[in-house]
Amino acid sequence: MDDTPRIIVGLGSCGMAAGAKDVLAAIEGELVAQGVDARVEKTGCVGLCYREVIVDIVTSAGKVTYGDVTAKMVPRLISEHVIEGRPVDEWTVLTEDGGPEQPFLERQYRIVLRNCGRIDPENIDDYLAVGGYQAIDKALKTMTPEAVIEEMKSSGLRGRGGAGFPTGLKWEFTRKAAGDKKYIICNADEGDPGAFMDRSVLESDPHSVIEGMLIAGFAIGAEEAYIYCRAEYPLAIKRLNIALDAARESGYLGRDIRGSGFNFEIKIKEGAGAFVCGEETALMASIEGKRGMPRLKPPFPATSGLWAKPTCINNVETFANVSWILQNGGDKYAAMGTEGSKGTKVFALTGKIARSGLAEVPMGMSLKEVVFDVGGGIKGGGRFKGVQIGGPTGGCLPASIIDTEVDYDSLTKIGATMGSGGMVVLDQSTCMVDLARFFLSFAQLESCGKCVPCRVGTKRMLEILDRITEGRAAEDELDTLKTLAEDIKSASLCGLGQTAPNPVLSTLRYFEEEYLAHIRDGHCAAGVCSNLTKVVISQKFCRQCAVCIRHCPVQAISGARHELTDIDQTQCIQCRICVATCPWDAIFVVSPRTAELVEPEREVVEEK
Amino acid sequence: MKAGILMNADTCSCEKNRIDTGKIDSIVEAHERTQASLIPVLQEIQAEYGYLPEAAMDVVGRSLNLSVTQIFAVVTFYKQFRLTPQGEHLIKVCHGTACHVAGAEGLSVALRQDLGVGDGETTGDRKFTLESVACLGCCSLAPVIMVSDDTHGRLTPDKAKKVVAKYGGDQAEGPRQEGEG
Repeated sequence: MDDTPRIIVGLGSCGMAAGAKDVLAAIEGELVAQGVDARVEKTGCVGLCYREVIVDIVTSAGKVTYGDVTAKMVPRLISEHVIEGRPVDEWTVLTEDGGPEQPFLERQYRIVLRNCGRIDPENIDDYLAVGGYQAIDKALKTMTPEAVIEEMKSSGLRGRGGAGFPTGLKWEFTRKAAGDKKYIICNADEGDPGAFMDRSVLESDPHSVIEGMLIAGFAIGAEEAYIYCRAEYPLAIKRLNIALDAARESGYLGRDIRGSGFNFEIKIKEGAGAFVCGEETALMASIEGKRGMPRLKPPFPATSGLWAKPTCINNVETFANVSWILQNGGDKYAAMGTEGSKGTKVFALTGKIARSGLAEVPMGMSLKEVVFDVGGGIKGGGRFKGVQIGGPTGGCLPASIIDTEVDYDSLTKIGATMGSGGMVVLDQSTCMVDLARFFLSFAQLESCGKCVPCRVGTKRMLEILDRITEGRAAEDELDTLKTLAEDIKSASLCGLGQTAPNPVLSTLRYFEEEYLAHIRDGHCAAGVCSNLTKVVISQKFCRQCAVCIRHCPVQAISGARHELTDIDQTQCIQCRICVATCPWDAIFVVSPRTAELVEPEREVVEEK
Repeated sequence: MKAGILMNADTCSCEKNRIDTGKIDSIVEAHERTQASLIPVLQEIQAEYGYLPEAAMDVVGRSLNLSVTQIFAVVTFYKQFRLTPQGEHLIKVCHGTACHVAGAEGLSVALRQDLGVGDGETTGDRKFTLESVACLGCCSLAPVIMVSDDTHGRLTPDKAKKVVAKYGGDQAEGPRQEGEG
């Protein structure tokens, strides 16, 4: 290796949204301006989404990672670190032996994310340099398809899309199924709000998914494969296309791969915006060019899938595990985790958590460790209220069972699901009834309409939840809600309907007092349900600056600069824009509507 | 009803309904003539025209040997497809879980007010179409909006309005994210 310094910019969707393109342009400009010889490289997402934009500077002294980088910081980074060799400590987030963000990485074990943020996803040589495509070489040259399947079975890997079916078994069923033509499908229709691990893997390490699919194709005896990726992920699709072209050029896709006689081709199918297409039979209908509606199982895809041929369908994260397992052995993978759930799981930590991002931890770690040790606890000093896990059809768990270990079976037992691994951390500003209503309205909107329990049942449940959040419900409606939920769970055709009531059931189980407070007292403790709250201006704290008057979209605030202001409750639409924009924090949300404002004990700010 | 509209599109002399079907032909020809090509073909047509013109449906139907009913069944099932022209910039306000908890509704309210349109509507000058979407997968930067293909995160109602305002000018490409973060 030469000693030319390398500057590596994280260009995942998160990074780009935080301004990584600006930073990249500033770096390229500054290198020319200061006449510095350094290589500018691109990488994906390392998972530290909360510190984006992330920039690594690698010199002969080692690698230093900087966070929250803006274009303005670039000249100093170049002159001090690259030219003078003095890293800028105050902006450093990680060094080779520590750094302030080390606790985020310390408890993680990275298999799926092993290359994310470390290699250039648009350059196959980077993937090859870290041992990429060696697993498929090993399989083609030294293993039989049966041996590959045995290795997968011994790893104990279970499908990471949510249902958790053992991957090795699924491969075996598809291999043994009768049929001249078989298909592999990678489910990249990551529709769960709050989950973005598949996006990140596709954007940061697409070749690992392609290699996993190749190995599956070899094991099952399939020559054709599809990646079904949602259209909301344009960057992932772009990088997949680049990766597929590069793999073709390097002889890892196409005919007679590596002289083995094995043929394999992968096509990308873009989703068209239907959450239900994450369900495997709906996804296959969509690939066939039809409405993406699920069908009854059995027959399972392993025997009758795409165009009625045996089809193996796995999720992105599942495929990303495969080459590691083949290289390191199923036993090593199975050494991690719990009795029923082996290996690692990637979680998307979001919501009111200090370190929001992607974390891959061994199965069996407790929720508490994930939220507090890895995630750094609650953002902004709020009170930990609970965690919503498993996507829109998962469950809401209270702080009291935070010691539960993360695996498929323990989570199911307490009324949640692993789902795809979205973990939304909640504090006291979240209303659990509103959250349940939010998830149910999502499921209701995305119901394809084929079966009655899901189509009509979720609608009736939503109406009850609407009445509760509006303070118009009777107490016995909670029983109706529970009955409906159980019926929909047991009678719906596909996974969407069968799990849609989960958020309601789990919040009823752990947060029933919030439902009762809404119904009995018209009280929303979080101040979220706008029909039960009013927005009032504290005359004690108001400095009469009239900012709220300018921002109010419905002109509900009377007064003017240097005058008393007041909100006309009959005009107010409770958008809370005034609350957010008041420079003096003088506008409060009060619940129930009938209550008087109790001003907090704090000093009145005279000037700012 | 559809037949009437299709005839209209063929015979109507007004500028708006006249589309260059040559482009549609070349899109269709690049694909296999099977039903599996339907969604990719529709996606490419929408990328070209910004929506699915009714006349296009007829061309596609003939090429892929599908009835207009079959095509409409697919078009109306998937949220991505639109039957009316969209604005120059499509604004997607993310209403995923993390964004919901972080105040996505406030962004939607502010943008609806600012642009004077409702969800799914296009401004009179055809500059912007406003939409709510389920999740853009940038949950760590919540709340997030996407304008054309650029994602903007860590927004407040005010910042969202400023971001959108920058696309309102005459520059061909969207500006970067000053003032965010």
